[in-house]
Amino acid sequence: MTATIERKSARQVSKVDRFLTLIRIFLVSLIVIGVLAFIAQQVAPDNPFARWRNPDAVGLTGDQFKGLLMSGLSQGAMYGLIALGYSMVYGVLGFINFAHGEVFMAGAMTGFIASDKFSANGLWESNFLLSLVIIIVLAIMVSTLTAVLMERVAYRPLRESPRLIPLITSIGVSFFIQNAVMGVFGPSTKSYPQLPQWLSKQRSILTFEIAGTKLLVLLVAAMSMAGLWYLVERTRTGKAMRAVAEDKEIAALMGINVNRTIVTTFAVGGAMAGIAGILWGLLFRSVTHMTGFLPGIKAFTAAVVGGIGNLPGAMIGGISLGSAESIAPLVILEPLGVPGVSQLKDAVAFTVLVLVLLFKPSGLFGEQLSAEDRA
Amino acid sequence: MSHLMEIRDLKITFGGLDALSGLNFHVDEGEIVSVIGPNGAGKTTFFNAITGLVDPTEGDILFDGESILGLDPHQVTGLGIARTFQNVRLFPNMTVLENIMVAQHCRTSQLVLGALLQTSAFKKEEREIEERAKEVLAFFGSRLVGYRYDQPAFVLSYANRRRLEVARAMATQPRLMLLDEPVAGMNPMETAELTALIGRLRSEWGFTIVMIEHDMRVVRDVSDRVVVLDHGVPIAQGSYDEVSTNPDVVEAYLGRPAEDQA
Repeated sequence: MTATIERKSARQVSKVDRFLTLIRIFLVSLIVIGVLAFIAQQVAPDNPFARWRNPDAVGLTGDQFKGLLMSGLSQGAMYGLIALGYSMVYGVLGFINFAHGEVFMAGAMTGFIASDKFSANGLWESNFLLSLVIIIVLAIMVSTLTAVLMERVAYRPLRESPRLIPLITSIGVSFFIQNAVMGVFGPSTKSYPQLPQWLSKQRSILTFEIAGTKLLVLLVAAMSMAGLWYLVERTRTGKAMRAVAEDKEIAALMGINVNRTIVTTFAVGGAMAGIAGILWGLLFRSVTHMTGFLPGIKAFTAAVVGGIGNLPGAMIGGISLGSAESIAPLVILEPLGVPGVSQLKDAVAFTVLVLVLLFKPSGLFGEQLSAEDRA
Repeated sequence: MSHLMEIRDLKITFGGLDALSGLNFHVDEGEIVSVIGPNGAGKTTFFNAITGLVDPTEGDILFDGESILGLDPHQVTGLGIARTFQNVRLFPNMTVLENIMVAQHCRTSQLVLGALLQTSAFKKEEREIEERAKEVLAFFGSRLVGYRYDQPAFVLSYANRRRLEVARAMATQPRLMLLDEPVAGMNPMETAELTALIGRLRSEWGFTIVMIEHDMRVVRDVSDRVVVLDHGVPIAQGSYDEVSTNPDVVEAYLGRPAEDQA
């Protein structure tokens, strides 16, 4: 009796496996054929393989490709900064804080309000650097405060409950913040003031043409990441955070104040999201109460792609995701004759997620968590 | 003179079951006391109560004359009580050195700002923490030094993990150390070695030790006093020789001879 049951379940599993294998083969061949067709186009636009699916394809020039790469990298750097917050909270508390996108939105919104005021009284034009520093500091403060309040009000009371409960609560918190911001500031799209010419003009670095704003995004993101890495790996606070992530009870017995460490984790993740919010505002110059939604989900995807709980993984996941959604539509989908490729960014991003989950479910840099750790 | 730790009428109930009932216990500065008893006697619950992991139903726990009831575990550690676990619980993904450094958390004071600004006070403190960590690890001879410093704890052998856990407890700079079955699962040679180390923990580092142990040779060799628990009640107390011949103790461990039960 038992033998037949086992054989039956084994066959069911293998059916699912066969289906997954088919999806894997389909996705990989799609990518390979797309890339090959793209290469064929680049080498000789007239050869039959290049024109097989998409007779109108023209390929990309080197400068266009570099431009796509730079857009992808700067976009990805922001995903990465937000993803750090998801990853840190997951590492310490083991649940996904879906309201983290709203922390990012709070930073972008604060940046808008402050820069709008500065623009009105002339400081924005007369002393741009000073006002930039002030809006960054303000955004960090507001985002940090949002994240800390969120932890105190919504998540701490649920610390001992099953993980699904804070997860669902976080979705509620997300809706609450979106609607509160809409109620206070209205649903209209708000535009950041014009950036000074010297910042936004195109610059040429190592043959790469890049808008100054994107360069600023990359620099600030790199600095923030370096600072965070130093904090987590080298300081006493960082060691306490890692200890709490590994075993809260033992960490407490080692004299670590667990509650304070968890608040610190939220605060640091919030600060990173605040920085990302300002960068987003400077780059796209528009913000609404829904700004946090899609970047939040994408950043969560980036955290999973990089291996959730792993900080360099979150950053690299963000950058890969940003580059993939910027490059893949034109390199893989366009040669395959898919219509309207530039609107498929989001589809590409989530396909990347599916690919990672199919081939390496723990993420690119994910650690294999032993049963003992997760118990 | 007051005792270093004193426990008065401690009672802990888990959903109607008395894990401990009416436990009175004390330990003086510089003593090594063993707590023995059959499985389920409440020994680990007793440690959990002292370290603030479970709240007693009744009774009081005094450390250095002050009640420590209701304190959070990190505050208890701050007062100078450290413990190890029956099933070793390290931070497996942190290195050997980091495991020890993090244990000095409550003894250090530098905040994030100091780290970001790289103040000299921060650097000095980091250096001191590392020095102290190495000093603690040197206590175990050559087993946890040198190239071991930067290995993650999960690669260590079982015996080395146990040693590291003791080292981590030492690094919190306690006055009272609670060891939960320190030699469980070790071979006779390792057991003898650790037994000697427990003696040196008192003579060289000045720790007072309360130890739960099932290995009677270890209990005999190191303890000044033995307390026997059975079903949450202390049934005997005294030197090893007194306790080991006490009829109640023999009964708790081996049961009553068949003819007495009639």
